[in-house]
Formats: sequence, structure tokens, C-alpha cells
Amino acid sequence: MANCQNILVIGELADGSLSSTTKELLTLGRKLADSLQEDLNVVLLGENLSQYTSELLFFGADTIYLAQHSLLANYQDDLYVEAINQLAASTNPRSILLGKTLTGKELGPRLAFKLGTSLLQDCIHLAIDNNKNLVGKRPIYGGNALAEITHIGAPQLATVRPKTIEVSTQEQKGKGGISEYIPELSDSMIQAHTIETVDEPVTGVRLEDARIVVSGGRGLGGPEPFRDLEGLASLLGGATGASRAACDAGWIPSSYQVGLTGKTITPDLYITVGISGASQHMAGCSGAKTIVSINKDSEANIFKDSAFGVVGDWKEVLPGFIDQIKAMTNES
Amino acid sequence: MPVNIIVAIKQVMDPEMPPSAFTISENAKEVVSPGNIPPVINGYDEQAIEAALRIKETVGEATITVVSIGSNFSLDVMKKPLSMGADELILVDTGDIGNDPDSNIAACLLTAAIRKIGSFDLILCGRQASDWDNAQVPVGVASMLKIPVITVGRKVDITGENVRVERVLPNGYELVESNLPAVVTLSSELGEPRYPTLRGIMAATKKQPISWSLNDLSIDEGLPSSNLTINTITTPEKQNECTIVEGENGQEAGKNLALRLREAKLI
Repeated sequence: MANCQNILVIGELADGSLSSTTKELLTLGRKLADSLQEDLNVVLLGENLSQYTSELLFFGADTIYLAQHSLLANYQDDLYVEAINQLAASTNPRSILLGKTLTGKELGPRLAFKLGTSLLQDCIHLAIDNNKNLVGKRPIYGGNALAEITHIGAPQLATVRPKTIEVSTQEQKGKGGISEYIPELSDSMIQAHTIETVDEPVTGVRLEDARIVVSGGRGLGGPEPFRDLEGLASLLGGATGASRAACDAGWIPSSYQVGLTGKTITPDLYITVGISGASQHMAGCSGAKTIVSINKDSEANIFKDSAFGVVGDWKEVLPGFIDQIKAMTNES
Repeated sequence: MPVNIIVAIKQVMDPEMPPSAFTISENAKEVVSPGNIPPVINGYDEQAIEAALRIKETVGEATITVVSIGSNFSLDVMKKPLSMGADELILVDTGDIGNDPDSNIAACLLTAAIRKIGSFDLILCGRQASDWDNAQVPVGVASMLKIPVITVGRKVDITGENVRVERVLPNGYELVESNLPAVVTLSSELGEPRYPTLRGIMAATKKQPISWSLNDLSIDEGLPSSNLTINTITTPEKQNECTIVEGENGQEAGKNLALRLREAKLI
């Protein structure tokens, strides 16, 4: 086979350009490919994809595959798996990297079983060992432990946790080949049909973008206190979030959830009220620069990750906190 | 025609246990189960049981068979589905094999157990297990059985020959439909699983789970070899100094906190 050994990145688009996770994967992929002295390839799936090639070239792609097909216009599990399956069959990647994004979470496992290999899930670090195998570090037990695992299968599939790799700001050199790729697809391949999509968005500042987030948890005891938190978030120009416990209790919609199965946020300031700090929650906010917490339990886990805290009942502490902020806002 | 539902559950270490109880083995290759803290059924799997019970209530006639692959089962813990209203419980002792970091192995074992159970219309699972959070086994089972899989459901309904699922999205949900048989995974957005009733608990005490071992499963091509090797498991170092801000009372502490944050130029 004339194909060069390569690492294949599955790219994604967001808001009309490459998603930030794709840039993270390309940055990582270029380093891994360099250490192997092999190619870094990337595939984009959809329609009208040539507009993204210059962005991909910046990150040093050796071959860019543009998988264009009307059936790929929107993400669909079976069609995307099949398209990548066909590409992998002809390009024989040694390793395939995906972001652990909404799409990656569905595509990763399906692709692994389709390709007859295994998936190393949720890596926060990846490297190549002396046997040219992929070695990943990944949190387990909600983040209470870290496992280092070597993939010895073929191809070596891994998902990478978003926002754990710093995107390269320096242009990388790659061969820059562009290949139009048209997979053979038919809608008879679709096993599960989406009938309807319903938006229930968070109002106000988007959680993922907010520089300041104020979250409430089980300790709030009900839905009404979240209005105080929303007021506080508004005052600070930030967003409101919640722990899984609060969402599961029905106090606030699950679109506000921060955590391992919720949103991952990286604000400059994260204020938590009545959140214990279970590792499942910390997995969603450990990227926050500064965490500040109010909790009545001095032993709460959240204080182990917080820079500042108050041990007390939020019913007393929060009004004092908000009033002082209002006063300071009025001064300036 | 009664609907046959299989619910796959996993026994896991209690994710709510205090972090201090969490220990790693000396060889740094496995997490040690704390002797004094009982295991639990994986949280999301309880939603799967609840979803099965709701379907049974809606369609009228259904058989709910709960199956688990694993080892060192705690009967007190694992019989809970029976006391919630499930009809059958099958515990498959697979020794340590099912603990392999490679989800393909567990998927293979669970598929073999499901094949041994026989007919099914719907297989329900929790979306992921709280130990490894891989979210792969249900997808593997669907792949091996060559049936559709719909993930992260908050509502499941059987409509004729199809299953209809409300799938959780980051900012809303989507309605997805597939033919039966199918695999559906459930998320906590489904709601709280029901508490066992006193009658349910008493009925469950009289019911014995069916026990199978690895030998009872027929795995034609043999188990796949593991593609993932654990090098080490460690607890991450946490270096953090938390400044606890105080005050004469809660209100003042809150005020002082705001002042400290302003001082630190955080707000």
C-alpha cells in the first residue's frame, strides 16, 4: 500500500469555522505525528468545505480530506460512521483522534466497534511510546483518579477532552495536500431518525463563553434561590450554572448543568453556592481560573479547589455578598 | 403481545463516598473497594430500571429482566430492581474479566448474556457508569446484535413497532425514533427512580436471582483480546490554599468575601 502511516483527526465545524476542539486536536496531532515522523491528516465532513482549508493548513495538515455529500450536511451517527469507515479503509490511519464533544461522544464508540478496535475515552494527555503506541492519561471515578493507559490495538482510537490542549498560535508546516473525498452513502443506512429538535436554551450569557459564572447546587434547597443567583450573575455580567443535583431535582433546566455530563466551563471566576464539589461537578469546572465557594460544610470537597470560601448558610451569606457587590458597583 | 425489556445494570463503588475513602492498590493498577462502604447500582442504571417500569405501566403487559455482568455481587444492593418491580434478576459472575479497561470485553460478555436470555424487544442501559464513564458498552451491544442504539434518553416510549426517545441535548432535546429491537441509554434527566414499596421489598425477599457464570455464556469466537493496558492509576495531586473569609455573622462574611474579591481584582 502506497499510503503513508498517519494520524487522522476527525474535524468539526462550529459557528462557521473550525471548532476550537478541532484546533486542539490538530495541535496535538501535529506533535504526535512529528514524534512518529509520520503524516497528520484531517477530515471534515459536510458540504461546501473548501472554505476551511486555509485554517487547516495553518495547523500543519499533510492531507486534508474534504468528505462532501448532501447526506453529511448535518451530523447523523450512521452516515458519519460509514463515511469515516470508508476513508479509514483507504487511508489506513494508525491512529484516529476525535474531540469528546457532543458529536465525538456518539461517533467515537460507534466508530470503534465499526472498525473492530477499541476506544480510549476522555484523554487529557496523549503521547507516543517507544513501541509507537498511543498512551493516554484520563480521569476515572469522576476525577478521583487518573489512569495512564496504552492502546495496543489497530487503529488506535481516542477521544480528547475539550479545553485540555492549548491551541498552537504558531503556524505549522505540513505537506498541505487537499483531497476531495466522496463517500458512498444512502439514507437506508440511517438506523435512528431525528423527527424533531426542540431548543431550550439558557437565557443570557452562554455558559461556555462566560468569564464569570455563578452556580447553585443541592444546598439551595429549591428553585427560587436560583433567581438570586441569576441576579448576581447579571450584576457581574456573567452566566448562571447549576450542579447536576439541582437539575435532577427539577429546580433549573439541565441546559444549565455544569459537570462531567453537563457543560465544561473555563471562566476567570467561578462562584459556587451550596455545591459540595463532587468530582463529577469539578470535572466541568476545573478549568476555572479562580473558584470561590459558599457552603455550610467546612469539610465540603469544594473548598479543596477554591481560592476563597465562606463556611456558612447561603441564606445569610449570599445577601451580604450581593449587597456589597451592589454597593461597589454603585460606587464605580 | 407482552413487551420484553432487558435492563442491563452494573454494580459500582459508591460515587458519593468521601474522597478520603478512595484508595489505589500498591501496584498502582487498580482502585481498591473500601470494605466498609457498600457498593451501589450505577446511578444512571436506576433510571434505566425506572424507564422500563414506566413503559410497563403504559403498555400494560411487559416482562422486565434485569441482568448484570460483574463479580462480588452484593445481593442486598443488586436485588433493588426486583423490589422496584422488575420481574427477573440475572447475575452473571464473570470474575475479573468484565473489569478490563477495554469496553469491548464487557460489551461482548453482556451481549452473550442477552443472547442467552433469548427474545427481547428493548434493551435499556444507563448512559455511562460512574467508575469509568466510558459510555461504550451499550453501543457495543447494539453493534454486536446489529440493532439501533439511541443514547442519553430522558423519555422512552414504545409506539407500535418503534421506540421513540427524547434525547437530551446541551440546550434542549430531540425526538429520535428507530425500529425495535433497539438499545436505549438513559440519563438522569428522566427523573428520580421510584423508591421500592414495602410490598415490592417483601416480594423481592422471596425471589432469588438467577446466577450464571462465564461458562454458562456461549461466546462463539471467544472473547476479544484487550486493546487497552493500564500502566498506572494514581490520585491527582491537589495543591490548593483556600482562604476562608469570616465575619461576625453570615451576612458580614458575605460582605467581606465581596471585599476580598474586589481587592484581588476578581470582580
